[in-house]
Amino acid sequence: MSTPWETHEATAVRTTGTRAPAGAVDAAIEAAGVSVRRGGRDVVRDVTVSVPAGTVTGLLGPSGCGKSTLIRAIVGVQAGVRGRLTVLGERAGARTLRRRVAYVTQAPSVYQDLTVVENLRYFAALLGHTGADGAQEVADALATVDLEDHAHAVAGRLSGGERARVSLATALLGTPELLLLDEPTVGLDPVLRRDLWATFRRLADAGATLLVSSHVMDEADRCDGVIILRDGTVLAHDSPAGLRATTHEDRLEDAFLALVEHAGGDRVRGDRAPGDRAGGDRAVVA
Amino acid sequence: MSARASLATAARVLRQLRRDPRTLALLLVVPALLLVLVRFLLNDGGPAFDRYAVPLVGIFPLVSMFLVTSIAMLRERTTGTLERLLTLPIAKGDLLAGYGLAFGTVAAAQGLLLAGVAAGPLGVELAHGVVPVVAAGVANALLGMALGLFLSAFASTEFQAVQFMPAVLLPQLLLCGLVVDRDRMGVALEWLSAVLPMTYAYEALDAAAGLSAGSLALPLTVVLAAVVAALAAGAVTLRRRTA
Repeated sequence: MSTPWETHEATAVRTTGTRAPAGAVDAAIEAAGVSVRRGGRDVVRDVTVSVPAGTVTGLLGPSGCGKSTLIRAIVGVQAGVRGRLTVLGERAGARTLRRRVAYVTQAPSVYQDLTVVENLRYFAALLGHTGADGAQEVADALATVDLEDHAHAVAGRLSGGERARVSLATALLGTPELLLLDEPTVGLDPVLRRDLWATFRRLADAGATLLVSSHVMDEADRCDGVIILRDGTVLAHDSPAGLRATTHEDRLEDAFLALVEHAGGDRVRGDRAPGDRAGGDRAVVA
Repeated sequence: MSARASLATAARVLRQLRRDPRTLALLLVVPALLLVLVRFLLNDGGPAFDRYAVPLVGIFPLVSMFLVTSIAMLRERTTGTLERLLTLPIAKGDLLAGYGLAFGTVAAAQGLLLAGVAAGPLGVELAHGVVPVVAAGVANALLGMALGLFLSAFASTEFQAVQFMPAVLLPQLLLCGLVVDRDRMGVALEWLSAVLPMTYAYEALDAAAGLSAGSLALPLTVVLAAVVAALAAGAVTLRRRTA
């Protein structure tokens, strides 16, 4: 399929301070100089990225790097956000986005004392899907996360992975245009992870945009684009192929390590032109 | 505001309660059992029991509703479901109205059961019949619910939420006129009792049972106004954006 990431020279490595070239593709998420202050310090610092519509974008980085906070800012539930953050053409957190954007928190947020179906029926009703329409939405979501066998099990008695899938299923209700998934594959077995990534791909092919956070680098290979976050700043934003090319590493894990080492222990700051790394030399750029 | 979202929320809360039969049984049965206990405590009934039966009918549900709703809402906050709800198309008022409807339904069942036990086997004289007593009882339970929803915002653990019961309700119980008549209190305490909602909840129960000459409508209105005020304050504590 054709995604903007295949021409990685053009979008190359976008880092703090550099703007994506305007135009070409509709952006589902546009962040310009976004910082988030939490507990007296900036946990997200001057993030400028553009996530193209209809793609699966990975948000990767070590735990504590600000992935969840950035996702929360995009959902519009994070306080202390500065900068310009546009989601589906509207200000992040706008009331009209509540139908168009779905968000899955890192910890499964479902009612433990309700059954899987009862949970889904409630969330579907809030989205305006009741009666037969609601039942169909729920059945579709259950089939997508492969939980039909547990439809009438109480959520609190499910395993952690099953509960995470219930949480994910609630986000699929109502066919959202943008899905923001915070570590949706943590604790899932490899088969299920593969199936879920196939689902993400299907949703994107149907026109949805997905931003999926993970700290497992091998999941980056399943994404169209990868945003690597470290210490609250964007280290790189490129296609998996682009990351390999700029770092001369075959494994994305190594590419990630190379990028982190390039950045050194110091914060990555200041403006860098997208071409700075295009030459492929491994000079420290920070 | 949307009736659909409120009703869906009320149905969901009731479903959760049904899934927890022990809590439901405690909510419904404990106040009635306490009333029976008081009956035997006060020497097999008589004037003292007639004096205290109905006020207790109302105050017990207030306390139990306060505890149940403050913990239910605290769970909603701590398990992340509240954050998810607030990213969905539901107004904060719808959420609170849903809780109000669900617990109001339970309160009505609780009030009917209590009034039935009082008027039936325990033989309490209800001068104006069962209906005003149930109405005052439901208003009491709603007050407990609204205070519980509001105060849950200030607790970060269930331990803290439980502590709000003695901290917030016991002073009101001491000052509402049940323990000492308000006109026998010092001026400062009488003024203090005049601004506490449970004082009016107690007055409503007294009037409903025909124990005082006062009207039922006035204290009942004050109680319902306090319920609305506490729910509005509760809505303010539901923040879509958090740190």
